[in-house]
Amino acid sequence: MAEIPEYAVWLIFLLPVFSFAFISFVIRPFFNKKAELAGYLTIACIATSLLFALWTLYSVLQTHEHQLDFHAHEWLVVGSHQISLGIMVDSLTAIMLLVVSFCSLMIQIYSQGYMHGDPGYCRYYAAMSLFTASMLGLVMAGNLIQLYVFWELVGLCSYLLIGFWFHRPSAAAAAKKAFLVTRLGDFGLLAGLLYLYFKTGTVDIGELHTMAIAGGIAASTLTLAAIGIFAGAVGKSAQFPLHVWLPDAMEGPTPVSALIHSSTMVTAGVFLVARTFPIFVGSETALTVVACIGGFTAIFAASMALVATDIKRVLAYCTVSQLGYMMLGLGAAGLVLAEEGHATLELAKVATAVGIFHLFTHAFSKALLFLGSGSVNHATGTFDMRLMGGLRKHMPWTYLTFLVGSICIAGVWPLACFWSKDEILVKAFELSDARVILFYLGLITAFMTAFYMFRAVFMTFHGEYRGGASAAGHGHGSHGHGDVHLHESPPVMIAPMLLLFCLAIGAGLVNVTGWFDRFFGGHHVVGWDHLVRIFTASENNNVALISSIVALAAIGLAYAIYKAKRISAESMGRTFRPLYTVFYRKYWMDELYERIFVVRVLLNGLFRVFQAFDTYIVDGLVNGVAGGTVMAGRLIRNAETGRLQTYALVMFAGILIIIGLVYWLT
Amino acid sequence: MMSVGLEHYLVLSAVLFCIGLYGALVKRNTVVILMCIEIMLNAVNIALVAFARYLVPEPPDPVVYSGQIFVIFVMVVAAAEAAVGLALIVSIYRSRRTVDATEIDLMKG
Repeated sequence: MAEIPEYAVWLIFLLPVFSFAFISFVIRPFFNKKAELAGYLTIACIATSLLFALWTLYSVLQTHEHQLDFHAHEWLVVGSHQISLGIMVDSLTAIMLLVVSFCSLMIQIYSQGYMHGDPGYCRYYAAMSLFTASMLGLVMAGNLIQLYVFWELVGLCSYLLIGFWFHRPSAAAAAKKAFLVTRLGDFGLLAGLLYLYFKTGTVDIGELHTMAIAGGIAASTLTLAAIGIFAGAVGKSAQFPLHVWLPDAMEGPTPVSALIHSSTMVTAGVFLVARTFPIFVGSETALTVVACIGGFTAIFAASMALVATDIKRVLAYCTVSQLGYMMLGLGAAGLVLAEEGHATLELAKVATAVGIFHLFTHAFSKALLFLGSGSVNHATGTFDMRLMGGLRKHMPWTYLTFLVGSICIAGVWPLACFWSKDEILVKAFELSDARVILFYLGLITAFMTAFYMFRAVFMTFHGEYRGGASAAGHGHGSHGHGDVHLHESPPVMIAPMLLLFCLAIGAGLVNVTGWFDRFFGGHHVVGWDHLVRIFTASENNNVALISSIVALAAIGLAYAIYKAKRISAESMGRTFRPLYTVFYRKYWMDELYERIFVVRVLLNGLFRVFQAFDTYIVDGLVNGVAGGTVMAGRLIRNAETGRLQTYALVMFAGILIIIGLVYWLT
Repeated sequence: MMSVGLEHYLVLSAVLFCIGLYGALVKRNTVVILMCIEIMLNAVNIALVAFARYLVPEPPDPVVYSGQIFVIFVMVVAAAEAAVGLALIVSIYRSRRTVDATEIDLMKG
């Protein structure tokens, strides 16, 4: 098979754009009765994108440096500033293209069942196409301006999709919150990009990589730019303290949550850090910030997942926590690299492999889990785990896939996330001095992850059925399921889950021999015996063994509490009442932002200042000019006596002055 | 015996001009102001003819009468001005029953 031509790479992104445009401008206005066309078109376009993405991956594998070179096209010329339009295809892009298009395809197929009969079916598929297209465009952007355009498009699409059921006030509010909170981070990103541009004169990612590694950019510039870029990533990837939008984003349809949480939107932040990683490598401060924010977010979000009762919120906090892991992986790998010194472009790229590998494995398992929760909602009409239970018998396929997804996220050997999580922990363990605390944070998080995932599994699928939406008195999943009866979801929903199920089991195996690292430019080769040897080899101090024991212990604890009921969850809740309250109220972060930040600081503080500025400065200026003119007029009118002789006197005095001046000057 | 020179004419002219100016600035009666302006014009006329008489070029050069011609023009314009001015005063008197300049202040700001 030949190397992929440039237009084919462009098509990966343009096909979903086409399906978006076609659905919005042709199908929705003219063929709205045949709404299923929209679904088929989207699936066809994304499937083709997936094929091209596979071709891209193949081509990248064939090249020596695992990078395809395409010339950038001129886009805008403003004075001496030139902005080009190009694509950058290296191993990172190839992997991201694959993950995004695959997860998106699975979710689009699933949506055929989940969104069946929804009045906004066309709109849904149009927005999903655009969402996928923006993310695909984002991962192959050749320069930072182009990347920023797609970055904002992703934000826009998330707004459209989270607020898909906009007639619900909570959905509209969640969409607004997601948009505004991520915008806060985007401001940092934009500032970072502009700062970088004015310091270096280029936005081309390849050129910036070379300059940053070669020392062509001052260390302080790198730090500021990296922090700015990371601020954008914090917003999009829902890291502390901008994580508040993500749990609320559950208001969107479940497949949307699956897409947001697995491969698009939230991974954009991790991708951005990986993409600009050579800039981060030049600044130890920035790397420390990344690692610390990541490590803290991981444990912070996990603690809130421990007490959440909404299955989607458990998964949402799980995502935030796992994204924290990814950031921790990137930061730790960068710090290890910085401690060794002599960072090269190749080494910087290899360092991203740790974080991106977790993104890769997490995407499949998280998409699977979300689709599973959607399937559960399809049957019970609710997301509240307290109203579920006993679904194992009624939904065997959903149970199987959800269970395996949970085991995977929990990090049990040999499923996908075990491998990636283990690598991150090993990297964190290699950190020197006090930073090794990040390793322990990661380890505790691993325990908590396994616990809350199995808490969800036991509450949802085991025990007795507790009534679903009808028990709650009103339907939570109010999208047209009038009578709720327990049933397995249709095959069109189960099939994509099974495909993701296979990947959740097997995706981790690609790096057992170090293939994934080598794809990112590493040279380390290990044999297949690493699959087992990981528990015996002393090279990483048996981090694998420790993390496995931790995960199993957590599963055991969850079993004891929620399945065997050896320990009562209620008494645990009472014992740890203060802690429970703190977790349950989400550390009062929402209250902090709403009551303190929005009301006190913004409404009563800053906006009052703005209002005062408008009233007194802006209006004052306008009124002052007018008033000044009136005052000047009043003064000057005194000179207008209306008396002829006064004027004559003044005129004569004037003449005298002129004569005097002429005489004096000559 | 003292001969009369340019200076005498100029002093006379200046004195007349000052008298005219003073009257024009302080008199209330508009007709008197008009007369004072006539005095100022005639003072200038005296200066002009004096310059024309005393500052003529020496014999080889041709004689010029620009000064005298200027005076004729001034007298013509002054006559026109007096006619217009008096007409205005008559008109103002008809509407306001006064020729006091201090009371004619419709243009006061």
